[in-house]
Amino acid sequence: MSTEEQKNLKLENEDQQQPVISRRYFLAGAACVSAATAVSLSPLLNAEEVPSGDDFIQKHYKELNAEEKKEIFAKLEARIDKQYGVSSTISDPPPIDGVEFAYVLNLGRCIGCRKCVYACMEENNQSRSPQKQYIRVLKMKQGTINLETSSHDYPEKEASSEDFFYMPVACQQCREPKCIEVCPVKATWKEKDGIVVVDYNWCIGCRYCEAACPYHARRFNFAKPQIPAEDLNPDMGYLSNRPRYMGVMEKCTFCLHKTRRGEYPACMEVCPTGSRKFGNLRDPESEVRKIIEQERVFVLKQEVGTLPKFYYTFAK
Amino acid sequence: MKKGSSGVISDLAKTVLIGNRTYALWMFALIAISMLGLNAFSRQLAHGLYTTGMGDEVSWGLYISNFAFLVGMAAAAVMMVIPAYVFKDEEIHKVVIFTELWAVAALVMCLLFVTADIGRPDRLWHMFPVIGVFNWPMSMLTWDVLVLNGYLFLNLYVCGYVLYKKYTGQKLVARHYVPIVFLAIAWAPLIHTITAFLFQGLGARPFWHSGLIAPRFLASAFAAGPAFIILVFKIMEYFKCCTIHKDVIAKIRIIVTVSLLINLLLFGSELFTELYSGSEHSIHLSFLLGLHGNSVLAPWIWSAVVLNIIAAFILLLPARQNPQFLTAACVMIIVGIWVEKGLGFVISGFIPTPLGDFVQYQPTLNELTVCFGILAFGLLIYTALLKIAVPIINGELCHRKNDN
Repeated sequence: MSTEEQKNLKLENEDQQQPVISRRYFLAGAACVSAATAVSLSPLLNAEEVPSGDDFIQKHYKELNAEEKKEIFAKLEARIDKQYGVSSTISDPPPIDGVEFAYVLNLGRCIGCRKCVYACMEENNQSRSPQKQYIRVLKMKQGTINLETSSHDYPEKEASSEDFFYMPVACQQCREPKCIEVCPVKATWKEKDGIVVVDYNWCIGCRYCEAACPYHARRFNFAKPQIPAEDLNPDMGYLSNRPRYMGVMEKCTFCLHKTRRGEYPACMEVCPTGSRKFGNLRDPESEVRKIIEQERVFVLKQEVGTLPKFYYTFAK
Repeated sequence: MKKGSSGVISDLAKTVLIGNRTYALWMFALIAISMLGLNAFSRQLAHGLYTTGMGDEVSWGLYISNFAFLVGMAAAAVMMVIPAYVFKDEEIHKVVIFTELWAVAALVMCLLFVTADIGRPDRLWHMFPVIGVFNWPMSMLTWDVLVLNGYLFLNLYVCGYVLYKKYTGQKLVARHYVPIVFLAIAWAPLIHTITAFLFQGLGARPFWHSGLIAPRFLASAFAAGPAFIILVFKIMEYFKCCTIHKDVIAKIRIIVTVSLLINLLLFGSELFTELYSGSEHSIHLSFLLGLHGNSVLAPWIWSAVVLNIIAAFILLLPARQNPQFLTAACVMIIVGIWVEKGLGFVISGFIPTPLGDFVQYQPTLNELTVCFGILAFGLLIYTALLKIAVPIINGELCHRKNDN
């Protein structure tokens, strides 16, 4: 029998059986597939976070008017009250004209105690489980600034060793931030005072910014952030430390809810050695400006062209 | 008119739903695996990407690896189209439709893998032009969205046009689809180049920050894609779906051979630059190869290199005329390039992190299930499309005016 004949035979057989097969089996098959789909989707019933209708249609931060912002802040405050039993205030202080924030960190003084790491976490309502930290302290061998040989998770007792120096790294608040270039939806941008922020309600969670950041400064909420109610900081900024959602990016904001009111960021307030200096780069009288002009400072990874506003120095 | 369109639907439905035992089992298995994948994806949606092996250190994993690989598979379909239309090769012309359908299925998988990777798929609308905010032309990701969807649309149009005309027994009008075919030819390298730009444009990641990435992506895609097509044609012949002329396989084999050799050359060039200079940037590569401490990826990447080299030898030796050897070589190329591009390229870019932290990546079972689910769903679509296209191209399935 030739191939052609075989094929024809097959087709004829199929034609004869068709009416019987198609009706009964089709309905049974369709029922099976629908049931299997329903079962497959069942884990969604236990979803840890379901966006409300309002959340779903909320516009980009920059497209919201004052009235809409007020409503959203009130809604979020009510939600926090309900979830944590904590009465919070969500503020949204705007950048101050003539202010551009900068940071200077004296590596000659830092002892690697990681007090800044935890003060930051507490101030900024980062998830405690799994733990998210914006600042990472690198323990470096003397005589090199080689990141690959640095130790990131040294035990506490290895702090303040004479054989090492300690380099805390967080967001460098770049003048040319690569993270905002790559974002497909402009969910992250640089404010007038130079702070790079994220709209937690607009971020789609693609993590392209995390891949683009040369300083490993961004943190993604792979899980739903968990904070015990007693640890929640009720003084919240909409673009900084309000509770985050699952599946969105976050990062250091120089504590803008504090610093735009004239306070210092939490990491600087807590530093026991005075290694950290923060201030207005455009004010010729500011401490940071004077250090940058008078001391020998450097920026991390100058070669990547991001022009950080976070300076390091090895002073006494 | 209404009668006619319902006839089309019942024709198509019958064609897809009815087949022999092997077909039924194959489709059942694919549907079952797709369902398991959907179940795993639902779990991921419910509990977040924490269900995967990704973290802040290795922040892209198997999803983006598979995405990068499949964009290449989709782009490679064009390598078959070029000889058919540019050199008017009649034999290849007949089978081009099967490779274009593969491009469609591969693109569907690409889009699903990206969706699986995103933390907030409910916010994907933020990306839509007009209602959302589209960071074009600054973000390479927006370019990728445009070119991938454009390519999907072009291939759907060409396949749909050709199949519909053949089904209704009308003559193909060249000016209605050949210009689109040429546009698709120009478009195909673009999708893979832009996907490469997505990575190589990042100065933060020295492992990706190389001008060789786009050419390497293209070369590896034009080896793995046509190798897959050879396997598909062999399977179709085995099941007597259609006869594929020997010359067609031979021509595709040449495409595979040349691309594979170029890929090995580019890989070798990169290996030399990184390792001979011994600069700090080479740390990603030396870690990947297991030369810098213990690396989970090392056995994988070494196997991939060995597979690619053995395949190259088979294709260069007279053994290539032996169908079994050719099949083995094709499988080796597909597996080798999947590992090289997916695990080797994407994941290694994250190890070490920009701050020098070495964190290994191990996909979780849930993540693997999502991956297999998407791959099974892609094959399900491709099989269904072939089931319709084969009889139409063979002239066995056509619109019966007097029926119904």
